[in-house]
Amino acid sequence: MTRHMTGAQIVIQALKDQGVDTIFGYPGGAVLPIYDELFQQNDIRHILVRHEQAATHAAEGYARSTGKPGCVIVTSGPGATNAVTGLTDALMDSIPMVVLSGQVPTFMIGNDAFQEADTVGITRPCTKHNWLVKDTADLATTIHQAFHVATHGRPGPVLVDIPKDVQFATAAYLPPEKARVSHYQPKTKADPEAILAAVEAIERAERPVFYTGGGIVNSGTAACAALRDLVGATGFPITSTLMGLGAYPASGEAWIGMLGMHGSYEANWAMHDCDVMICLGARFDDRITGRTDAFSPHSYRIHVDIDPSSINKNIHVHVPIVADVGSAIEDILALWRERGARTNAGPVQKWWKQIALWREKDCFGFRRSDQVIKPQYALQRLEALTKGHDRYITTEVGQHQMWAAQYLGFEEPNRWMTSGGLGTMGYGFPASIGVQIAHPESLVINVAGEASWLMNMQEMGTATQFRLPVKQFILNNERLGMVRQWQELLHGERYSASWSESLPDFVKLAESFGWKGIRCDSPADLDAAIREMIEHPGPVLFDCLVEKHENCFPMIPSGKAHNEMLLGEDATQGAIGAAGAVLV
Amino acid sequence: MNALHIKKGASSHSAYDLRNPLGDQRETHTLCVLVDNEAGVLARVIGLFSGRGYNIESLTVAETDHLGHRSRITIVTTGTPAVIEQIKAQLSRLVPVHQVNDLTVEGPAVSRELALIKVAGTGERRVEAMRLAEVFRAKVVDTTLESFVFELTGAPTKVDAFIELMRPLGVVEVARTGVAAIARGGFAPD
Ligand SMILES: Cc1cc2nc3c(=O)[nH]c(=O)nc-3n(C[C@H](O)[C@H](O)[C@H](O)COP(=O)(O)OP(=O)(O)OC[C@H]3O[C@@H](n4cnc5c(N)ncnc54)[C@H](O)[C@@H]3O)c2cc1C
Ligand SMILES: Cc1ncc(C[n+]2csc(CCOP(=O)(O)OP(=O)(O)O)c2C)c(N)n1
Repeated sequence: MTRHMTGAQIVIQALKDQGVDTIFGYPGGAVLPIYDELFQQNDIRHILVRHEQAATHAAEGYARSTGKPGCVIVTSGPGATNAVTGLTDALMDSIPMVVLSGQVPTFMIGNDAFQEADTVGITRPCTKHNWLVKDTADLATTIHQAFHVATHGRPGPVLVDIPKDVQFATAAYLPPEKARVSHYQPKTKADPEAILAAVEAIERAERPVFYTGGGIVNSGTAACAALRDLVGATGFPITSTLMGLGAYPASGEAWIGMLGMHGSYEANWAMHDCDVMICLGARFDDRITGRTDAFSPHSYRIHVDIDPSSINKNIHVHVPIVADVGSAIEDILALWRERGARTNAGPVQKWWKQIALWREKDCFGFRRSDQVIKPQYALQRLEALTKGHDRYITTEVGQHQMWAAQYLGFEEPNRWMTSGGLGTMGYGFPASIGVQIAHPESLVINVAGEASWLMNMQEMGTATQFRLPVKQFILNNERLGMVRQWQELLHGERYSASWSESLPDFVKLAESFGWKGIRCDSPADLDAAIREMIEHPGPVLFDCLVEKHENCFPMIPSGKAHNEMLLGEDATQGAIGAAGAVLV
Repeated sequence: MNALHIKKGASSHSAYDLRNPLGDQRETHTLCVLVDNEAGVLARVIGLFSGRGYNIESLTVAETDHLGHRSRITIVTTGTPAVIEQIKAQLSRLVPVHQVNDLTVEGPAVSRELALIKVAGTGERRVEAMRLAEVFRAKVVDTTLESFVFELTGAPTKVDAFIELMRPLGVVEVARTGVAAIARGGFAPD
């Protein structure tokens, strides 16, 4: 029997049928009918944020930490435009997210009506797909399609724009199983010839490396398990991008650290010198490749990606495999085992010896101090004191983000939430809120820079209201540190606008929202202060005053090749040429 | 698997696509894109080209299957082989796109364009314009004592040549439809 409902009721029913338990949002005139329905039910929890950008990042945190799509509701006009940064962030980082936006009534569209914006026009380039629903009869199907598109193939954000009259009008409700699913059915199974080519390369490789990325986390825990099997069975070294941390455990034997601009010396050299590169769910981003014409000059490259447009985009590969990475790894393992599970053990052992030599550089070493807290030291202590906990980490963007990636170890996927592709300052705090909502009992820490953190600080109220014990661990250098580092290295130490001036008293700020505030400026007090943060049952704002002019190393300067990496103590003057300075 | 990038279907020259995928010479390709005929689909395609810095030499679109709500977009674009491959991959992943065919590599194809050319002049120039139109088999669709409007259908190069020849004879205005293209033979490409 078909049920007739108002558009607003259809929205709620469709969300329930899609398994949505939480929606992050902010009300306004154009979504009042939906808010009215939200009020009259108890299955979906609405989290009132303090700014729509935060709703989108919270949904990203929720999504990345659970593997489920994040869900957001915003009003028309400014509500929708405030969501644009989060949509773009989710698009760049392949995060599944469904945003519902209110729109002025259909008969007023195009008239510059109050709070009208061309939301589908504005969000077209920053969503995987979007829809304007003009007829209530299409609403249920469109929402089901939206979830389908957000979660199938390469995940991403979608937006459904719903005019107010469509929310009031009635129509029959179509449940997901009856709705016409879109023809959008990306290929997930690899071609057998490509799998064979990959297996042959694995068998003969002398200097192999697994280069893994966020696609493994997107694929899910089964893919991570398969990856661990494959790495364990072959004994090949493995590195990962920023987005893939945790897919393979940091304590794993074959782990050689993150690669890329601020990655480990050994990982970048292994990428440069390898003879077989097996790229699994990563996209050869420019933070990884450095100078593309000098990137891994001697390697035979295999690339598994679910999105054909990721393949051969920046770097030419020899074996393209379009597939879900979990399924492709299983196919590779099965065929490789069937053919006798061979590797070129002698040369691979020699390769490991070479890697051990690179490791001796101790690229993450830093000059210690007992006077000031070094940011690296703060993270080492945070790692040591939170290691055994059921822990989730989010970050803002800047030096602290890179140090977090370098000094914290991730044993499991979905434990590390960071804005990689867009590099959105202001991501981490709301993301930590989304993570804490999904994991109320867990320890959720946002590793922040003071400048980034201020960008969405209004969310303190959200954490207080919903009793979210999020820990904001601010490495306060009173600088836009990453910008300052580039100015030091590239722009003759002219620190143009890179000072964090007029900062608040973070402890008083915390207290004004009913949080606990902690300030620490001495290495000797740090452990106790971190413990105090962990043990406090509510939200904590931790103002960790750190060395102000520390630089983040290693660093592959823009426009340089992997083997031209700068290490901490190296002279850095003139390291980046004029051509590199043009790059970001 | 790299240099011998084997493609489905024969190219106009060979059974294989023998282009060097790393080559840096620019090529012109005609792509045929089958899309759902829904609001905004053209904006998506055009936005992809402008947003990613690809060239559009010509673009035409019209509904070709009313019952199936399908439109056909024909795009002529230029780029290195790697860029052309990237354009095809980017188009294919748009949700309303059903199929992308590269008519330039997938086999012989015909491309046609329609142009309306207004030429004003009197005396000998007018006679010459008429004579050239006959050579090109252009039709006169409007005339006054001082002007003609010619209608010409043909490959874009033929249209170009006609317009160039007409220019000294008094071209006032040109309207072109852009290219429509289709594979030769009895089958639709898959
Ligand atoms: C200040 C700053 C510095 C940075 N420095 C570094 C650095 O030093 N090192 C570093 O690594 N990054 C760094 N980044 C991050 C960088 O910008 C990129 O975001 C990151 O490298 C991309 O990771 P990825 O290649 O794993 O791709 P992702 O963006 O995670 O993309 C995932 C890929 O996997 C594919 N995929 C998705 N799902 C599946 C599936 N089921 N099966 C198969 N494939 C799938 C997608 O199509 C895509 O190609 C930095 C970012 C910032 C902000
Ligand atoms: C929204 C936004 N604006 C600007 C930038 C450019 N940017 C990158 S890092 C950075 C400084 C970040 O400073 P802070 O949060 O204090 O972190 P730190 O680098 O000092 O650890 C800036 C301004 C950005 N990434 N995002």
